[in-house]
Parts: sequence; structure tokens; C-alpha cells
Amino acid sequence: MKTLEELRKIREKAQGEMKLRESDYRYKVVVGMGTSGIAMGAREVMKAILEEVSQRGIKNVLVTQTGEKGLSSLEPVIDVIEEGRPVITYGNMDVAKARKMVAEHIVNGKVINEYVVSTTN
Amino acid sequence: MKFYRSHILIGIDDASLAAGVKEIEALLRNELQKNNLSDEINILETGTLGHFGTGVSMLVYPEQVTYVNLKKEDIFEIVEEHFLKGRPLQRLILDRSLTQNYDFNYKRRIVLSNSGVIDPENIDEYLGAGGYEAWEKALTTMKPNELVDEVKASGLKGRGGAGFPAGLKWSFTAPIVADQKYVVVNADEGEPGTFKDRLIMEGDPHKLLEGVMLCAYAIGASKAYIYIRGEYKLCIHRLEIAIAAAREYGILGNNIFGSGFDLDIFIKVGAGAYVCGEETALIESMEGNRGTPRSKPPFPGVAGAWQKPTVVNNVETLANIPAIIKNGAKWFAAHGVDGSTGTKVYTIMGDVNLPGLCEVDMGTSLRTIIQQYAGGMIEGRTFKAALVGGAAGVFLNDTLLDVHMDYNSLREYAAVLGSGAILVMSDTVDMVDMLWSVLRFFRHESCGKCNPCSKGTALLFKLIDGIRKGKGKDSDLEQLIKVSNGMQKTSFCALGQSPCMPIASAINNFRQDFLTRINVK
Amino acid sequence: MYEEIFEKYTPEKENLIYILHEIQDAHPQHYISEEAVAKVAEYLRIGLSHIYGVLTFYTMFSTKPRGKNIIRLCESPPCFLKGSENILRQLRDLLQVKTGETTADGIFTLELCACLGVCGNAPVMMINEDVYGDLTEEKVENIINSYKGGEK
Repeated sequence: MKTLEELRKIREKAQGEMKLRESDYRYKVVVGMGTSGIAMGAREVMKAILEEVSQRGIKNVLVTQTGEKGLSSLEPVIDVIEEGRPVITYGNMDVAKARKMVAEHIVNGKVINEYVVSTTN
Repeated sequence: MKFYRSHILIGIDDASLAAGVKEIEALLRNELQKNNLSDEINILETGTLGHFGTGVSMLVYPEQVTYVNLKKEDIFEIVEEHFLKGRPLQRLILDRSLTQNYDFNYKRRIVLSNSGVIDPENIDEYLGAGGYEAWEKALTTMKPNELVDEVKASGLKGRGGAGFPAGLKWSFTAPIVADQKYVVVNADEGEPGTFKDRLIMEGDPHKLLEGVMLCAYAIGASKAYIYIRGEYKLCIHRLEIAIAAAREYGILGNNIFGSGFDLDIFIKVGAGAYVCGEETALIESMEGNRGTPRSKPPFPGVAGAWQKPTVVNNVETLANIPAIIKNGAKWFAAHGVDGSTGTKVYTIMGDVNLPGLCEVDMGTSLRTIIQQYAGGMIEGRTFKAALVGGAAGVFLNDTLLDVHMDYNSLREYAAVLGSGAILVMSDTVDMVDMLWSVLRFFRHESCGKCNPCSKGTALLFKLIDGIRKGKGKDSDLEQLIKVSNGMQKTSFCALGQSPCMPIASAINNFRQDFLTRINVK
Repeated sequence: MYEEIFEKYTPEKENLIYILHEIQDAHPQHYISEEAVAKVAEYLRIGLSHIYGVLTFYTMFSTKPRGKNIIRLCESPPCFLKGSENILRQLRDLLQVKTGETTADGIFTLELCACLGVCGNAPVMMINEDVYGDLTEEKVENIINSYKGGEK
């Protein structure tokens, strides 16, 4: 049981974390895990990202999941979010592309243009 | 001023610099010079061309052709083919429909504002996105009848297919005095081509729960059920997590936020029957029976689940409620058009480049939806037909591409919005095959309760199957229309009343397809 | 097995469909036997005829033994448009069964189903609880092999 006051605090904290302002993370990687995404291999993609992040000992990235945006044909879809920059949406991802994404984008800060399907401010 | 026959704009930005645009530009200048084209063709550097993710790109005027992902070796070919022979190089031209920034339209989304953004299994993220603010507002500052009035004023109509005004439905049940009332969520999404409710439940389950809570408070129900089709495993899983989290936080339970209001929500799972999308069949199924429809009246609003007053609403309908309560009816009604307020979620599939889903204001045309949100038609194919509203929908031809998609406009053309499914067919598709597939579906899904539907759907399939096999007669077309019209007048529920719309529209709009099958043996 | 499932649900008719789902999922041959129906009837105190009525009404239930893996290919118009008939033909060839039948080795049962709501990736099929989309003949063969090889 939470009081309304406690809920408000949770809300504010979550808002800060979602925008990465009040957190230690530089990047947030969000994998689309709806039925379409999973049907096209999002579980394997998620696993590959988690493995790559832990093998490389990367600490400044938060990996999480979300539902579908509506781009069924481009699944699996991944968002990479960084404070103050447009959200990069990668599409048609697979295990190899996901590993490359961690190496290039998260480690070296370079967007992989070929995989980008959208950018959103 | 010097006259050039062509201008080449080269996009210079971080991405193209990283991809070696300067070297490519130098090579291009060199090649043009070699071929004595420097005086005819002008090269200009410009800022980003805005085609994100396409490496080195250049725009050629007057043809307005955009080349993307250019490599050094491509330059020789472009100069040879395009600038010497005048044939733009198709291989490297930007496929506009696919690489232009996809428009997620988040700013105008209401029911899918969080789907694809927040973690659906984490209640904190829903709270962070402004979730449960409407619930708090309602319980602490509003009376139940004020909620009903607000929803009425918003003009929200049911999004399951029939389009009945939601506020009006609530207003029938709210004043009834009963020891128990229920809210039932119709999440038995079975209309072929429809998956909007799945996305809401998978992507933002708490939004549905909040809508259910507000409805329950408005009509005075202390129990709510979400009836989900058995195939939607992920929805069931995520809703179970969401309900448990809401209980833990005291958002559900007894005396919520000290208001004295009690509510709990339960999940009921179906087992594969299209007819359970009909609200009384759904209630039968929920009670543990065969899912066959009940006779109306009494309507569920008076005697529904276990014969108690029950409001049955579709998932998308309820997912609109939190935003209406939080922002007010006026804000909501500013979306869409007169008589069809708010947004509509469409699922688009078939012969388009980017099948998927979009949420746009009511009244958006079919053309806009296909072009802007589904990436246009597949390369080399032209639009022939769209089946709008699922199997129980209407086959539209290209004369209706610019009709505004809202309840009133579509009615003028004897069409319906239905569930919002849009199946796009190109010129390679034969309508005989498509109608065959639709009628096979109805034959399979008829529940057997009433004769017009169980016999009728079998007869309709037999007729179309004969035509498809080349054994049809001209009179079969009139027979299809006659039988389906008879079913529309005499069937017990909406299922048997449905086939007449796809049949009439397919035959009237695409008669030639049928005549060809019948006459060319 | 039955007692464990019954424990989770109060003996009320409204829980019938849930209980049947659980019994069917727990059975290695994914069906509801005569014995099971009798047990459920006793627990819920409802007639056998009512339970059979429900069992035969819903497409997800089977009263006949089925294979270890249930393949359910969508045959609704969106998948039909995208070539589900070809996928069906190929599945029949690969598995050497007709629709509704179980392979001789008992590994697969091939069924058709109505729209699974994954139409953006048509044609689509479901094997047990997993959905596979954008099916091509090549992809189907790989998926079937992965189940045959016992990877899944």
C-alpha cells in the first residue's frame, strides 16, 4: 500500500530516470518486446545485447524493454536514448547487428546509419 | 549567369563526413571534368539532406533524384549512366517510402502514447509517464456522475466496431441500484487484421487498467473482468503483472486512496471463438459456458454477467478514458472531426511497404494513412482495393482513397470504420480469392446457434468456392447478395449479419473479377 | 495432477475454461481425456454434457491426443493474401500430414487457426506458445528442423 504522497514521489523519480537525468547511465537501450518483435527474434537480440554489455563490462548503459511502436515489418526494433540527443531507432535487428550496435554506438558513440529507421526528438 | 543543365546538391553533415563525402565529392568533380561535363553540371555543397541513416547522399536537379549510401566505385557508374546517358541509376536511388524518417506521430497519440516507449512490466514507468493521475483526480475530486458526463461530452464512441457512444452506455448502468455491478473488458480481439488491442495490452497494460478503474468508479462497479482471447499469451502475462503491481501499490483494493471505493480486476481467458467478441456471447463464455449469444433485451447494461448490470467496453475505448478525465472532454474533442472525436488506431497490412500500426486523428484519409504511415504501396504495384474493418468490413476501391475516415463520412459510402483494420490489396490480387478467404472465415466461425447464420455461411462459402473453381454461374452473384441480405435481416447476432457488407462491396466494386472467373473457363 | 490444478480454483463453473486450459497444457499429448472430463465434472459438480459442449465449442481444445508440438497456421484473409496457402502446402509436405493430423513420430500436429493478430508480419504461425512471422518456405523448414532437433 502506498499513499498518494508516496506515489507522487515514485512518479517524480521515474520521470528523472526515464530521461536519464538523475541516473548514472549515459545510454538507455530499449528493445521492443511485443509479440511481433518476439516473433521476429527480439528475445535473442535482447540476450545478445545483455551478453555484450556484460562481457565488455559496460557500466553506463541501462537495457530495458518496451511494447510495440507499430512498425511490425521492421521488427526487432531497438531505441538508443541519450540525454539531449534525438532517440535513434534501429530496425530489422538481429543478433550480429545488435552486438555491432553495442560495439559501435554504446562503446564508441557512433550511430550505425545503415540500421537506423527513424530518429525522434 | 551561367546556365547549367543539372545541379548536384551534396549533403554535408557529421554522418556523411564520417562516410567520406569529401573524397567522393572530389572524385565526382574529377570524373565530370574527364567527361567534359564540368560546364554543364554544377556541384553544390549543402547541409544535411535529412535522410538519416543513408551515408553519403546527393540530390540531383532537375530530376529531383536522391542517391544514397554512395561509395567511391558508384561514382563512375552514376556519371556514365545518369550524366552521360541520362538514365538515373535505380540501384542507388533513395526508396523514399522506406528511409524517410518514419512518423511515429507520438505527439498526437492518445491510447498508444506509451506503447513502444515505457517498460510495460514496470508500474513506476507508467507513473512517470503521468499514469494514474486521472485515477487520483477522479477519486479525490470527482463524483461518479461527473465522470459519466465528461465521457459523454467528449463524444467518445466505442472502438470495438459498432461505434456506440461510450458515455451513453455508461449512463444506462450508472443509475441502476444493484448489490453488484461489473465492468467487462472486451479483449477478445478476433476480427481478422486487427491487433490494436494487443498492442495496448502488451505495450501499456496500466493504461487499460486505469480506464477500467475510471469506468468502474463512474458506474459503481466493485469488480471488473478482462476477457482476453487465449491466443494472446503475452497480453495475459503482462496484464497479470500489471494487476499485481496495482494491488501492491494500493491503486486497486479496498478503500482506495481513502476514498471508500473498493475495486478489484480479474482476468478471464477465452479458448478460440470469434463469436465471443459479441458482448453477450463473451459473457456466456466468461461464466464457463459455450460462447453463444443471448437474446437482447435485456441488454448487458441491465442484466449482464451473472445477470447483474454490466458495462462491456472494448480495450481501445477504455484506453481513451484516462486522457479524457485528466485533460477534459474539450481537449479530447479537439482531436478528430465532428461526430467522430478523438484518434483512431489503424492496423495496416497487405501490399504496403511498412505494414504495422498508426494512431491518427479521426477523419484522416485512407490515402494519407497508406502513404504516410505505411510507406506506400510495394514497389511496382498499384492500389486496387482495401478491406477496411476486418472480415466484417467493406472492400473499397480507389475512388474512395480520399474519403475522410470517420463514422459519418464512411456511412455515406455504405462503408464502416469497424475495428480499424486496413488490408491493402494491389492490382495482382483477385477479389474472388479474397472474398473466398473472408467467407471461409465466417463459415468456420459461425457458432451454430441460429439457422440463418449456420446454414447461410455454409451456403455462401459453397457459392464462392464454386466460382473460384470455375464452376460459377452469373446468377451466383445475385444469389450471394440475396442470401447475405436475408442473413442480415434474420440472424441472431452480428456475426450472421456481417457477410453482406464484404459480399456486396466486393461484387459491386469489382464485378469484373467475378465475371472473369465465371465466364473464362 | 488434477488435484494440483483444482487447488488453484474454487469449484465454480466460471473457472471451467481456465481449468481445461491447464489440464490440456499439462498433458504431454495436449488434449483432454475422458478421465479428465470426469474429474472436472466431479470437482465442479456440473454435467459431462456441459463440459463436452464447451470442449467442442472452442478451437483451442482437443478431445483427441495430439503431438508434442502444436503448429497453428493462420488462415485469415491478411495471411491468405501474403501466401499462407503456400506455407500450408509446404508444412504438409515437410510433415507428411494433412491438416488436423499428427505426424507418425508424434512430434507435430498441424492445425489451422483464425487471425493471431500479428498481421504486420503475415504469414504467421504459432508453435505452442511462440509466434513466428514473415514466413517463407526456407524459414519454415529451419523452424521445423529446430524443433525436430530437440533444440526447442
